Formats: sequence, C-alpha cells, structure tokens
Amino acid sequence: MTTPTRRQAFEARQRRRATRIAAASTGAVILALITVIPLAPGWAAVKRSFFNAEVFAKTFPGLAQAFLMDVAIFLWCAPLIAALGLIVALMRDIRSPALYPLRLVAILYTDVFRGLPVILVIYLIGFGIPGLGLPRPWNSPYLWGSLALILVYAAYVAEVIRSGIESIHQSQRAAALSLGLSQTDTMRFVILPQALRRVVPANMNLFVALQKDVALLSFIGPVEIFRQAGVYKSLMANFTPYVGAAIIFLAITIPATRYADHLMNKQRKARS
Amino acid sequence: MDRLHMENVQKAFGANRVLDGIDLVIEPGQMVCLIGASGSGKSTLLRCMNLLEPIDDGRIVLGAQDISEPGLDPQPVRQRIGMVFQSYNLFPHMSAIENVMLAPRRIKSLSRDALRPEVTALFERFGLADRMEHYPDQLSGGQQQRVAIIRALAMRPEIMLFDEITSALDPELVAEVLDVLRSLRDDGMTMVLATHEMGFARELADVVCFLDQGRILEMGPPEQLFGAPKEARTKAFLSRVL
Repeated sequence: MTTPTRRQAFEARQRRRATRIAAASTGAVILALITVIPLAPGWAAVKRSFFNAEVFAKTFPGLAQAFLMDVAIFLWCAPLIAALGLIVALMRDIRSPALYPLRLVAILYTDVFRGLPVILVIYLIGFGIPGLGLPRPWNSPYLWGSLALILVYAAYVAEVIRSGIESIHQSQRAAALSLGLSQTDTMRFVILPQALRRVVPANMNLFVALQKDVALLSFIGPVEIFRQAGVYKSLMANFTPYVGAAIIFLAITIPATRYADHLMNKQRKARS
Repeated sequence: MDRLHMENVQKAFGANRVLDGIDLVIEPGQMVCLIGASGSGKSTLLRCMNLLEPIDDGRIVLGAQDISEPGLDPQPVRQRIGMVFQSYNLFPHMSAIENVMLAPRRIKSLSRDALRPEVTALFERFGLADRMEHYPDQLSGGQQQRVAIIRALAMRPEIMLFDEITSALDPELVAEVLDVLRSLRDDGMTMVLATHEMGFARELADVVCFLDQGRILEMGPPEQLFGAPKEARTKAFLSRVL
C-alpha cells in the first residue's frame, strides 16, 4: 500500500464525515418515529389489529402457500406477454399495403388496452366470457383472468419494444441494407437484437408491476395471496394477514426492482 | 464487370437541392475521388449509387440496367455495390467475424464453415487475424473501419463506395485504413471515394471530381485538377485545404 496522495486523504476524510452525519440523522429520525407514533391515541388498537405477532405466525405459512398461486399465474402469463408484445410491436412496423389491416389491429389494440384500468379489463373478460355459458374448463376464472393480464401487459410491452426499435440509429439500418440484406433480415439480425437488449430494464419494471397485479385476479375468484389474506382477516377479525401479504410481495418485488435499476444504470454508463 | 453511368442525377431534400444534375461515368477498375466542402453533395451521391436514397430525376445505369427505376428491388444492386461509412456502423452485438459473415450467410445461403477460409483470409490480409472474435467496442477506430471494409468485401462487390471513411479517425490511424485502400487499388477494384485526404486522392485517383452545390464543377486527372484547376471555386477550395 502506497501512502495516499493529499487529494485521496482529503476525500477519505470527507467520506468519513458524510457517513457520520448520515448515520446520526437517520438514527434521529428512527428514534423520533419510535417515540412519537405510539403517542397517537389509536396506537394500541392499530398495533393489536395490524401488528399482531400471534396472528402473523399463524397465517404466514398459509399466505406463503397462497403466494405460490400468484407466482404460477405470473409464470404462465409472462412468456405469453413477451411473445404477444413482440408480435404486436412488429405488426406496427408493417409497411405492406396488403397487410395494413394487421397494422391497424395492432394500433387499435395498444390504444385500447393501454387506455383501460387493469381491473376493468379483468372484470369484463373474467366475468363476461364465462357468462357465455361455456362448459368446464372453459369457464375458469384462472384462464380468463390470465388472458386479461396478458392482453393489458402485452400492449405495454409492445410499446416498450417499439421504442427500443426506434432508438436504434438509422445508420445501423443503412449499413445492413447496403450489404444487400432484406428488410426482414435487417430487422431480425441487426435491429431487433439490439433493441431488445436495450429495453430489458424497462420490461423488467413492467414484469414487477405484473407480479403485483396478479393479486387483482382475486376479484374474480382465484384464491391467491390477497384473497387468502382476506379469508384470514374475516376468520380472525384481524388485519395482520394483510401486513404479512405485503411483506411477501416486497420480498420479491424490491430485489427485482433493484436489479432492474442496476441494469439500467449499467446501460447508461455503457452508452455514455 | 459493368460501368456505372450517371446522367443528370437530381436529388432534393425538401427545398434543398442536394444534387443538381450530376453526370459521371465510372469505368471498371477506376478509382474516382469526390472532393468538395461539407454539404456539397458527395455523401448523398454515394448513397444514391447504393440506392440508400432514391433519386428524384435523371438516371443511374449499371451495365445495361437502369438501377434508378422507381420500384426496382434494390437488394441485387446493393449486393454488387459495397459501401463503407464514415462512422464504421459495425453491428455492436456481433463479433468482427459475425459482422462479416452475416450478409453472405443470409444472402448466399453459405454456412459459417464454408465461409470461414475466405473470411479468415481477408482478416489476415488486412492484419486483423487476431481480432476476428473481438466485438466492435474492443477494437480501435482504425480496426473497426478495416472490419467494415472486410464486411463489404465479403459480398464480393464489383464496385466499392467509401464515404469519408477516415474522417472520424485519429490522425495516426488514418494510414492503416488508407493502406487497405491502396491494396484494393492494386487489385484493380472499382472504387468511388468521398474524401478529404487530398494527398491520397492525388497519389492514386484516376479521376478527381470537385463538387460544389450539388454539381460537378470540375473533373479530370489529379495532376490537372490539383495542378492547374480552371474554376475559381476549385482554386479557392484547394487553397483552403492544401
């Protein structure tokens, strides 16, 4: 180890000072919260009904079990969303006049499904289609609820992919075409691989949102974690299961969002 | 090998007339240099030859075929006319050798194994044998530009277009790219260059064209154009750059 330069020594001092100040101020805020919140008149009641350790311990395994249903719904929706999103994104770039209807469909589709609240689509499809009196298994809320999620999220994914395609510089297309490659090959081998790589972080954020929105299916029937928490709440007359459900969601979504941010930062650095 | 013949080529971007009646013949085996200030139409003329830009009026004829015919499929023409750009434009997600093999693989339906000997020979010839598996961002500007030239050559074009290919390079890297051009010249490749390398044009060109406001104001062998320019604008331009 060489002796630090004057600048390094200065910067190290600055860093230590910044760390001390940050630690002290964070400690002060936490201390204030711990002392102030319990002074609220309803604190005892809130503590009983939201932070009840006994209820938490009793319901947590059941909630975790129910969360597997959320994960399963997510897992079968995600690949279908990715595929449909890609298809719609490519349909919007169709230039051939004969295939214009496809392009029109893609435009209408993204406009409609990005313009509706997710819960509304879930209600309309989840209650509407089984209402046709279809036989089992075609009346399953899992099926139609999943379809609703797929339709909504694929519309967003399509827009993200399209923005990625548009972000690839025109000179890449010119280089590919100048070699004599067809429009299709240019898209498939040159533009799309770069575009998809560029939109990975944005799509990851969408998939984190999807994991949360799976809970909305509880409104049309499937017993997933949110529904299960509601059942426990009614059984035990206590809101703690909701807190348990929130913790389970965060355990998945926080690492996933952090990872997406990390990827985005890395990309920004690589490009600058 | 066919000659490339341009007659009264016109091209405007909106109200801006970029090419205003270009007449030019490129004979097989010739090296033609286009010189002139930025915005004089050099790059646009090259892009029109490669059909990256459609022309508004006039004709571009390759051999006996009018390649400027509106609605013509540009792909077969582009396979015969290679192009190299100022900013290299390598595909950043592919290694150097994948960059080179993509077009022959897709267009001539050749396998990687079938292409490898020929492609490797090109990399060796231009001193890049140890860089074949590198990605563009691991290569210097001069190396990237040489890969871009190899990529165009791998399609075995009859004519090569070079659009200011040394303008983005650090001065010490220009020589390695010019050496490649010199070597292609020795092969008898038909080449059209838009360039600011006046020394190079003077040394190797068969014909030098001075473009000004979308017209070829003056053209001729380099000793005439550089040694005894007739037009006042040519003289003014040359006095600024030489």
